[in-house]
Amino acid sequence: MQNVLIIGATSAIAQAVARQFAERGANLVLWARSAEKMGIVASDLRTRYQAKVVIEAFDFVDFSHHAPALDRAIAAHGELHAAILCHGSLGDQAASQADFSVTDQELLTNCRSALSFLTLLANRFEQQGHGTIAVISSVAGDRGRQSNYVYGTAKAALNTFAQGLRNRLYSKGVHVLTVKPGFVDTPHDRSPAKRARSSPPPDRVARDIIRAIDREQCVLYTPWFWRWIMLIINLIPEPIFRKLKL
Amino acid sequence: MLPFGLGRSYGDSCLNDGGDLLVTEELKHLLAFDAERGMMRCEAGVTLDELLRFIVPRGWFLPVTPGTKFITVGGAIANDIHGKNHHRAGTFGCHVTKFELLRSTGERLICSPTENTAQFAATIGGLGLTGLITWAEFQLLRIENSMIDVEELQFANLDEFFAISAESDADFAYTVSWVDCLAEGPSLGRGIFMRGNHARGDSLSHRLHRPPRLGVPVEFPDFALNQYSIQAFNTLYYAKALEAFSRKIVHYDPFFYPLDAVNHWNRIYGRRGFFQYQFVIPFSGDRKVIREIFQRIAASGQGSFLAVLKTFGERRSPGMLSFPAPGLTLALDFANQGWETLSLFNELDQVVLATGGRIYPAKDARMPARVFQECYPRWEEFRQYIDPAFSSSFWRRVNSPV
Repeated sequence: MQNVLIIGATSAIAQAVARQFAERGANLVLWARSAEKMGIVASDLRTRYQAKVVIEAFDFVDFSHHAPALDRAIAAHGELHAAILCHGSLGDQAASQADFSVTDQELLTNCRSALSFLTLLANRFEQQGHGTIAVISSVAGDRGRQSNYVYGTAKAALNTFAQGLRNRLYSKGVHVLTVKPGFVDTPHDRSPAKRARSSPPPDRVARDIIRAIDREQCVLYTPWFWRWIMLIINLIPEPIFRKLKL
Repeated sequence: MLPFGLGRSYGDSCLNDGGDLLVTEELKHLLAFDAERGMMRCEAGVTLDELLRFIVPRGWFLPVTPGTKFITVGGAIANDIHGKNHHRAGTFGCHVTKFELLRSTGERLICSPTENTAQFAATIGGLGLTGLITWAEFQLLRIENSMIDVEELQFANLDEFFAISAESDADFAYTVSWVDCLAEGPSLGRGIFMRGNHARGDSLSHRLHRPPRLGVPVEFPDFALNQYSIQAFNTLYYAKALEAFSRKIVHYDPFFYPLDAVNHWNRIYGRRGFFQYQFVIPFSGDRKVIREIFQRIAASGQGSFLAVLKTFGERRSPGMLSFPAPGLTLALDFANQGWETLSLFNELDQVVLATGGRIYPAKDARMPARVFQECYPRWEEFRQYIDPAFSSSFWRRVNSPV
C-alpha cells in the first residue's frame, strides 16, 4: 500500500489507521472537514514517521467538491492503492425521530456522501485495475433497533452498496472491505451511558482493519467477538425482537 | 472546569469535585521535532511514556523526569515537576520554551519567557488553573544510549548523608536517597544514596522500556502494612546494599521509574489508601531541623517505606507557585491511619514553616489554607491569572480565607 487516501481523517479510528500506514512508509492523502484538527494530525504523522502527507479540508456534503478532490489526491502521490472511508456522525436518534429534516441530514452525512465517494473511487479503481476500498460501517447496520435505527439505516444502505461494489469489482481486481466495528473507545462512541468498560482502543481496531485489507477479507467485525454477538442478534425472530428494548 | 491528564497527582489538585474535568487524552499529537537541537513540540496530553518511545531511539531524553512516566506534558508543567537532577537541571518548567494557553473565553495565548510572560510564570506550577495548555515546546537532553551509570552507597546516619551529598552533587547528574525513617538513635536517618550519570558510548544498549508486566490485582487488607512489616521491609532494604558501595550500569527504566513496573502498586495500602507528604526546607548550617523531623516520624511509629531525600539546587524556575527551592526535600508516604496521621502532618507543618520551608501541592491532600498561604506568599499575585471558569478541589481548599 504505497498511496493511501483516508476520508474523515480526524476520527480516532482514522488517525490510528493513518499512523499504522505511515509507520509502514505509506504516502497519505487526508480529507476532513476541519483544517485545523487535520493539520495537527498531519504534523503528528510527519513528526513521528517522516510521512509524506497531503491534506485537503472540505465539507463532505458538498458533492461538487468530490471529483476534483479525488483528482488532486491522485496528483499528490500518484495512483491510489487504497482508500478508507471513516467519516460519519453518531447522530441523535431522539431528534431524528422528532424531525425528518434531522434524519435527512444524518443520511446525507453518514450515507449519501459516502455513496458519492464510493462511486467515484469504484470507477477510478476499476479503470486502474487494482486497489482496495475499505468502508467503515457499523454493527448498527445489521439490524434496526429503536435506540439508533436512523444511524443504522445509513449504515445498512452503506453495507448493501459496498456489497454490490465488491461483487461488481471482484473480477476487475479491485477489493472492497466492509468494516463493522462494535463499540470502540473513541469520542464517537463516548457518552456516559454508553461507554463500555471493555471497549477496545482505536489502535487495536486499526490493526484489525489493516490486516483485513492485507488479507482481502470481505467483511470485518472488530473486535472479533462482535461477529458472534451480531449472529445471535440477527437470529432472534422478528416477533420476539420487536418486544426487546435494544 | 479543570484540565485532567492522567490523574497521578496524589491529592486533590487534579480533581474538581462537583465541577467538570477537561480530559486531555486526545491531545496526544507530536507537532514538531528538531532532531539536531532536540527541541520537541507536542500536545499537552502526550505522556512521558509516549515521549520516551519517540525520543530515546533518536538519542534524546527528558530534560527532567519525575518518578513515574505515566504523566502528561501538561501535568509536568502544571505541577512544575522535578526529578533526581534538580540540583543541576532545575524543574521541568526551566526547559519549557513556549506553550499555548487556551482560556475559557476562547482566547489563545502563546506564552514564553518573552511573550505573555506573566501567564508563562503563572501557568508553570499553576496547577492547571490558568487555562488549558494545548501544546508545549521544550528542550530535550542529548544521550548516547539508554543506560545509566549508577553508584549506590550506604550511609549510616544523616551526617554521612550530608558528606556524600556534598561530594556528589558536582559530579553526578542524578542523586537521590532512600531513607529508613523508622531507624532511631545513632542510626537516625540511615539509608542508601544513589547517584548516576547517563552512560557514555554508543556501544551500550539503546533499547526502550517495556510495558509493566506486574500488577497488584486487589487492594491489600488494611493490616498488611503496619509498623512491623514496614520495619522489616526497611531493614531488609537497607541490608540489600550488602557492600557499602556498588557500581553498575542499569537501564533508565528501573533507575527512574521503579514503581512503574507494578501496575496499581497503590493497592498495597488497602482501601483506606495513603498520604504523601513532601516538603523542602532551606539549607542551613545546622542539621537540627531535618533531624527533628526524622525524630518525630520515628517517634510516631508511623513508618513510610518510601522515604526519599534529595538536595534541590539553586536553579530557579520561572514558575510563580513552583515548589522546589534550594534546600533539602523529603518525600514520605504514610498509610492512612486517620486522625493519627493527620496530626503528625500538622506537627510537621509547624516545623517546616518555622524554618521557611514549603509543602508540595501535587502531593498534598490535607494542608490547611493557612499553611498553603504561608508556603506560597505569591498566591495572591497568582490569583489574578486564574481563568474565571477554572477551579479545583485543591484550590477551593487552600484559597479560603484564613
